[in-house]
Amino acid sequence: MFRNLNEGQLRAKTKELRTKILKMLCEAGSGHSGGSLSSIDILTVLYNKVMNHDPKNPKYPGRDRFVLSKGHVCPALYVVLADCGYFDESHLMTLRKYGSILQGHPYMHKTPGLDVSSGSLGQGLSVAVGMALGARMDKGNQRVYCLMGDGEQQEGQIWEAAMAAGHYKLDNLCGIVDQNRLQIDGFVKDVMNIEPLADKWTAFNWNVIRCDGHDMSSIENAFAQAAAFKGKPSVIIADTVKGKGVSFMENKCNWHGVAPNKEQLETAMCELECD
Amino acid sequence: MADMVATRVAYGKALEELGGRYGDIVVMDADLSKSTMTVGFASKYPDRFVQMGIAEQDMMATAAGIATMGKKVFASTFAVFAAGRAYDQVRNSIAYGCLNVKVCATHAGLSVGEDGASHQMLEDIALMRVLPNMSVLCPADATSAGWAVEAAYGHDGPVYVRLGRAPVPVYHPEGTAFSIGGSVPMAKGGDVTIIACGMMLGPALEAVGLLADQGISAGLLDMYSIKPLDEGAVLKAAGSTGAVVTAEEHSVIGGLGGAVCELLSGRLPVPVVRVGVDDVFGESGKPAQLMVKYGLTAADIAGAALRAIGMKRDAIRPQEV
Ligand SMILES: Cc1ncc(C[n+]2csc(CCOP(=O)(O)OP(=O)(O)O)c2C)c(N)n1
Ligand SMILES: [Mg+2]
Repeated sequence: MFRNLNEGQLRAKTKELRTKILKMLCEAGSGHSGGSLSSIDILTVLYNKVMNHDPKNPKYPGRDRFVLSKGHVCPALYVVLADCGYFDESHLMTLRKYGSILQGHPYMHKTPGLDVSSGSLGQGLSVAVGMALGARMDKGNQRVYCLMGDGEQQEGQIWEAAMAAGHYKLDNLCGIVDQNRLQIDGFVKDVMNIEPLADKWTAFNWNVIRCDGHDMSSIENAFAQAAAFKGKPSVIIADTVKGKGVSFMENKCNWHGVAPNKEQLETAMCELECD
Repeated sequence: MADMVATRVAYGKALEELGGRYGDIVVMDADLSKSTMTVGFASKYPDRFVQMGIAEQDMMATAAGIATMGKKVFASTFAVFAAGRAYDQVRNSIAYGCLNVKVCATHAGLSVGEDGASHQMLEDIALMRVLPNMSVLCPADATSAGWAVEAAYGHDGPVYVRLGRAPVPVYHPEGTAFSIGGSVPMAKGGDVTIIACGMMLGPALEAVGLLADQGISAGLLDMYSIKPLDEGAVLKAAGSTGAVVTAEEHSVIGGLGGAVCELLSGRLPVPVVRVGVDDVFGESGKPAQLMVKYGLTAADIAGAALRAIGMKRDAIRPQEV
């Protein structure tokens, strides 16, 4: 699915999707605000401008694949999937509730449009490597995308998968690191420093691309560069702000896994709408 | 019973054979292909073999990804790494999504021998059995191991197949009727029923003879399908003999014995004595020496049968009120 949206229209869409994320989190009473807001711009570009997919035919084998390795930010993915038409918007308000198709972490057999389940950090890139290998075995031209967190880079399995993807020269694979510089217990650099991150990916035989994870054309451009690069997998290290768009959430570690209450939601709505 | 064939060898052979028949089989290994015996498939079908290096967690999640692309993936390594090290990957990436990954784990149990406790996996049946969507097969010989590979291929969803390093006799003739959720009656008997799996089928058969020498008639089931368990056969055996012994090359906690007790305690309580490794780690030694030290011999099974029969006679059951 490709939407012919210009930069301004895309920006308007991400603003609208941010309000939906906050509303659904508030209704759910729990969930991950910060990382959802840092990744929503990337996901919006990916699903509207980059990935080959068909919401009317979610299982179409020739589609590109997406793995949300940092599964906790599924509210951001859910609003994008609903916006694309994978399921009715009314489901958004059932997030994390009993009987909902929108589980607290992604579950492939309940939510239309999900290619795989996730939630245990560090596994998604391996799954994406498997998808890329599978596509290659069948000589398919699907591309595989995998969104990771920067704290998640601390998981050893990420580097096992990075090594395998480099070894197999999976240029149909594109990883994205949402580099919002925060995890749960604090700043990534203080909890367990992952720098020099770009050098690590380079050393694992990946093509490294940097972008501003909140600038539509920078994101789009990064994906275009990744698709054009042959002979190696690409990783996009996207500079982002955790909690982006809501001043009291921005760069605040405590907003990692907390949903706004009604008052906070109202304040946030004002900010987003006045912006 | 002329030939001695390790179940891992039968696995490798079955993979090669199935590979020719089914184009959607993918095999993965983590630097143990010469031990798990996936090497034959690897050389015949290099395009469908994925070497992952020494990275078992990565292998399991990658297997999940390949499975989502419509393949049936056989992922092999030693049981201790497949079920232990990669447990969360098997749980979250494979079992939760009910994906077509067949975890075929070799070198299970004490019969690994000289490598010692770090490599003697005695907890894998328990770990795998408790996972929703996961089926668990533990074939005793080459015939049933070959069947298990094909059955795993045909089954929609994840399967754990437990395989051994050591050569074992071939007990089952070609053409034996196996099924997921089935078992094979190996002996008929009225006093006690022995339910065995994997490596323990041999000692269990011997135990039937030892008991017969003492005038005790013991039935024997090869319970190669641990999950789903052949509940009908277990209930029938418990009903007709009133005493059960389980025998497995695994911890007495949570394995075949656990599965049988869970079933019988709720449906048909009879004395059950579990033969297995008694909640300890193993050690280096020849398999036969270890079997003696850890209580996995025919004599141990026969002794357990006598205790089970004794409990039946003494009727140490709560009085009816
Ligand atoms: C294997 C695993 N360990 C721990 C967690 C709990 N957890 C959820 S989110 C998170 C922090 C993630 O930080 P980061 O990757 O930077 O994500 P983001 O900042 O984008 O939210 C942790 C530790 C988990 N989901 N999985
Ligand atoms: Mg982060």
